[in-house]
Amino acid sequence: MSLDTRRIVIEGTAVPVRGDDIDTDRIIPARYLRTVTFSGLGAHAFEDDRAELTRAGKQHPLDVSAYSGARILLANKNFGCGSSREHAPQALIRWGKGITAIIAESFAEIFNGNCFSLGIPCVKVDEATAQALMAATEARPDLVFQINLERSTIEAGPHRVGFEMPEGVRRRFLEGSWDSTAELMANLPQIEATSARLPYTSGFAG
Amino acid sequence: MGKTLYDKVFDSHTVAQLPSGQTQLFMGLHLLHEVTSPQAFSSLDERGLRVAHPERTFATADHIIPTHTRLRPLQDSLAEEMLGALESNVAKHGIPFFSPARREQGIVHVLGPELGLTQPGMMICCGDSHTSTHGAFGSLAFGIGTSQVRDVLATQTLSMNRLGVRRIEVNGKLRPGVYAKDVALYIINRLGVKGGVGFTYEYAGEVIDRFTMDERMTLCNMSIEGGARAGYINPDETTYAYLKGRRFSPSGANWERAVQYWNSVRSDADAVYADVVRFDGAQIEPMVTWGITPGQSVGVSDKVPELSSFPATERETAEEAYRYMSFEPGQPISGTKVDVAFIGSCTNGRLSDFEEVARLIQKSQRKVAPGVRALIVPGSHNVRQALIERGYDKLFTDAGFEFREPGCSMCLAMNPDKLTGRQVCASSSNRNFKGRQGSPSGRTLLMSPAMVAAAALSGSVTDARQLFDLR
Repeated sequence: MSLDTRRIVIEGTAVPVRGDDIDTDRIIPARYLRTVTFSGLGAHAFEDDRAELTRAGKQHPLDVSAYSGARILLANKNFGCGSSREHAPQALIRWGKGITAIIAESFAEIFNGNCFSLGIPCVKVDEATAQALMAATEARPDLVFQINLERSTIEAGPHRVGFEMPEGVRRRFLEGSWDSTAELMANLPQIEATSARLPYTSGFAG
Repeated sequence: MGKTLYDKVFDSHTVAQLPSGQTQLFMGLHLLHEVTSPQAFSSLDERGLRVAHPERTFATADHIIPTHTRLRPLQDSLAEEMLGALESNVAKHGIPFFSPARREQGIVHVLGPELGLTQPGMMICCGDSHTSTHGAFGSLAFGIGTSQVRDVLATQTLSMNRLGVRRIEVNGKLRPGVYAKDVALYIINRLGVKGGVGFTYEYAGEVIDRFTMDERMTLCNMSIEGGARAGYINPDETTYAYLKGRRFSPSGANWERAVQYWNSVRSDADAVYADVVRFDGAQIEPMVTWGITPGQSVGVSDKVPELSSFPATERETAEEAYRYMSFEPGQPISGTKVDVAFIGSCTNGRLSDFEEVARLIQKSQRKVAPGVRALIVPGSHNVRQALIERGYDKLFTDAGFEFREPGCSMCLAMNPDKLTGRQVCASSSNRNFKGRQGSPSGRTLLMSPAMVAAAALSGSVTDARQLFDLR
């Protein structure tokens, strides 16, 4: 098993999931949270949205065979709002070949943090760019995207655009140091000192 | 230059600046429930780690718990497995557990404050987005994902970025029949469901100052629905009066020192905010959502908005909402038939919520309308017990409501309490997302408990001010 956790260039085709404010209940309905693991969630990603469109004689992008190999998800504004459930990104990384990065106009905060914890870069682009990239992949689903974290660029066919990501976050993806537990554990003495300094940890006993 | 409560608490809980540019923060209180913790414990085990501060960690079961019976094993084998996993994890790591079997359990955001675990000037986290509720006490409280739950279990800390603080003032006086829930829905409607992304909200103003702790919790609870991961209210005498004498509250000589500390974390008068927004409380009507986000709401006497009233960027979501909800633009929201009425959740499942509903039912002498299924689901065993002591269990059941055991219930329908088909539910909960209440095509109308009661008794969305003569 490869232990390389670095995220330098992420390459793959993309699947566009249009719409603002797509909440985590839609990404993974609550009934699939009745589990003590994350396995098997991929099959249920966007399940109710997919069924709703199928009933209406349409297809959700996740059901379009041309997108079935996608590794990158394209979204609009406030993607992943609502519930803090990490099951949402856990479902996306288990869908199809596995989503490895998300490009959107904006992300809900808890979702963004969850993706970071799992090593999935969330890259932010402006509205015009998101629309252009979605249109490009809709016209040519086999269009290969390259998200280059070293250069902070997205390349897809004729498109070459920059993206936004906080510098510290980008560096940790490049270093492969996005797993935070080890980093936090390195400061055990400071943790105990902070705890001792806070008056409530002793129940305000003088 | 003065500091906000946010800055003071953030600074006092700072453990270290991390190479990533983020700040490592100490968590004064970590709350656990059965849905977002099992994978965190497994991951802890895989890494051979122990829980660093079990004495600052407290657990209960709320999401999957049935509300019609407490019998074990739970009928749903998946739910039973989750409850069993939580029980064995807390036993293994020595974490206090407020269990259904001992009738101590409740929704984590109802229970924590009730026990006095939630205190001003603390950093609080839980694998649950409605952790923002605890900000009502002047704590910084926010939801985290399961990997972060693991981080907190292992280290009692998190890495986070400092956010800007937006002060939201609600001044003046609320009109009769207008509640904290209406204020929350109004703010989200005005600022948008993504308006709070990147901010912590500080709620202030005359209306908030007069709010009880239950009302403050309702307001802070919904911060996340406006995109703000945390929302808080500066602690004051109302806060301290609530905390005094609670099981985990400081007592004796320690109480005075606690109050001193709590006063010291209040935002300074000359604190600088990223942004200040002001609303007039008298302008707020009882609110009802018509769409599929908590921002898509109108006053009860209003109509479902026309497409042209939305900025271009919001029209797609609005059209999707009309379609899903089967509403026509321009249709009055009042008169919408409901199939189910749900009163409960971490937003509106506290004693005062049910006391008000009981008062209104008593006043109207009405019964639940034929064909409507109406549920009263207390937020905790304590709330349930207090209602029984007041004789409200009988009042509710006599009026045609089901009086249930405590839990999250139909707010997110992870237990057997679910909508079926395209049912419409008047709900005192917090999210009207598609499929939220357990049926993939179910429809949710968010409103205050009083408005849910009005809908239950009349069979359709009805102005509670008229039905109950609130003047």
